[in-house]
Amino acid sequence: MKLKKLLQRSYLGLVLVFLYAPIATLIIFSFNSGKTMGKWAGFSFKWYEQLFRDPTLMQALSTTLSVALLSALVATVIGTLAAIGIHSMKRRTRSMVETLTYIPMLNPDIVTGISLMLLFLFAQVSLGYGTLLLSHITFNIPYVIFSVLPKLRQMPQNLYEAALDLGCKPAKAIYKIIIPQIMPGIVTGAIFALTLSIDDFVVSYFTTQGVNNLSIAIYSMARRGISPKINALSAIIFVSIVTLLLIVNIRSSRAQNEKEKHAR
Amino acid sequence: MKRSYFAAPYLLWMSLFILVPLGIIVYYAMTAVSPDGSFVFTLENLVKAFDPLYMGILGRSVYLALIATILCLLIGYPVALILTSKNFKKGSLIVILFVLPMWMNFLLRTYALINILDSGGVMHQFLGLFGIENPKLLYNSFAIILGLVYNYLPFMILPIHSAMSKIDGGLIEAAEDLGANSWNVFRRVRFPLSLPGVISGITMVFMPAVTTFAVSRLLGGSNFMMYGDVIENQFFFMRDWHFGATLSLVMMILMLASSFLFRKYQGDDDGGVLW
Repeated sequence: MKLKKLLQRSYLGLVLVFLYAPIATLIIFSFNSGKTMGKWAGFSFKWYEQLFRDPTLMQALSTTLSVALLSALVATVIGTLAAIGIHSMKRRTRSMVETLTYIPMLNPDIVTGISLMLLFLFAQVSLGYGTLLLSHITFNIPYVIFSVLPKLRQMPQNLYEAALDLGCKPAKAIYKIIIPQIMPGIVTGAIFALTLSIDDFVVSYFTTQGVNNLSIAIYSMARRGISPKINALSAIIFVSIVTLLLIVNIRSSRAQNEKEKHAR
Repeated sequence: MKRSYFAAPYLLWMSLFILVPLGIIVYYAMTAVSPDGSFVFTLENLVKAFDPLYMGILGRSVYLALIATILCLLIGYPVALILTSKNFKKGSLIVILFVLPMWMNFLLRTYALINILDSGGVMHQFLGLFGIENPKLLYNSFAIILGLVYNYLPFMILPIHSAMSKIDGGLIEAAEDLGANSWNVFRRVRFPLSLPGVISGITMVFMPAVTTFAVSRLLGGSNFMMYGDVIENQFFFMRDWHFGATLSLVMMILMLASSFLFRKYQGDDDGGVLW
């Protein structure tokens, strides 16, 4: 029995090494003062300094962040309204609209990117920040809808009618009754949209020109070969993602524990 | 005002940015530029898309993605199995560790891999200890498969793990009470009940792996193009948008058809896209 446990643990360990060794090496060598990978030439923050002085990368960082925030915001508003609308549709229309919503999620990213690029070129809109933002909103909306819809199904269906019967106007009923009930779904959708937008490379690659976000900048640098500056950037991104996810996770597991306590 | 009208902005948006663009792809795929600069209807591009050259590349993409998917399944299934055993709590740190790389940009992950595999990199020095000098680790199909497995392994582990942790413990106890040994419990109870997760995992690895581009470019060099790279090439290097649209159309039809097929086998409940 002991042996089995040992074998299990070492297997998990091995897979974890496979998953994390490249990332760990990357982070370690971002502090290397030399330029070549694999040869340690001493500890230094030099690449981090250079990273923050690189105007292209700093520009790309601000593009990534602003596109992520704006696209998540717009997608959350449109998506939440859409989910409320879809939820009250008749069965047949609803399943039709839901299928339509699945298309961009199932479609390969490259096809989504190319189809949007062709649309913009066809409409003679020049590619840049605006087209990038529109594209990100487009692929974000479905994820918001599918985060909000389950919450709508879970809430008591007659609450809204009750509010109307008591003389509440529809707009106020939605704002006062429905929105608070589905808030967790909206927040999940917004975080999801934010992450997707920050992470996206393929769609962005086809729908912008001149204005680069981080992933496009990384791609064009990586194609030219390894640069310790990208190592430094990757290390920062990795550490911030880990911190963010740990916070979210600890919060949600705490909420789970609270719930279980209340259930008892 | 009816509540369903709330979906109106969305429907307008999706028509403009999803349906119309797909229509434009079809339009470009079915036309070519005539000498006077206008678009004329033709099926030439569609015929060309089925040329052995492009079918061969499509075949190779499917082949590479298939191998990567099988490897992910072989490596990932035991991981999910061990993680759902009694020794690990659900949502514990170690489970999070296995899905965490999912949230990191795939370019960065691929770049990290290049760092290790590059000549003079850590892997070269490591293999050098065993007397293997200058192994060719990059710019071949081995590197592409490794890159795909590295990138998509968490997407295999997550759905299988979530399918397994949904299994009712009572079923397993019942099987044990009825005298099944651990192998039979696995074969008759755990494995069949984990299948929805397996199918979901296969979809989540295979689909993006077939359509991937950039990973193959970075790891495989220019000699090992996958279908996605060929499509990109048509737009940015050959400047033949009509043929590029045709290839995109072929890929899209293939992917949508197979994902609806998978969906049918998977049933309603997805294996957990989120955690």
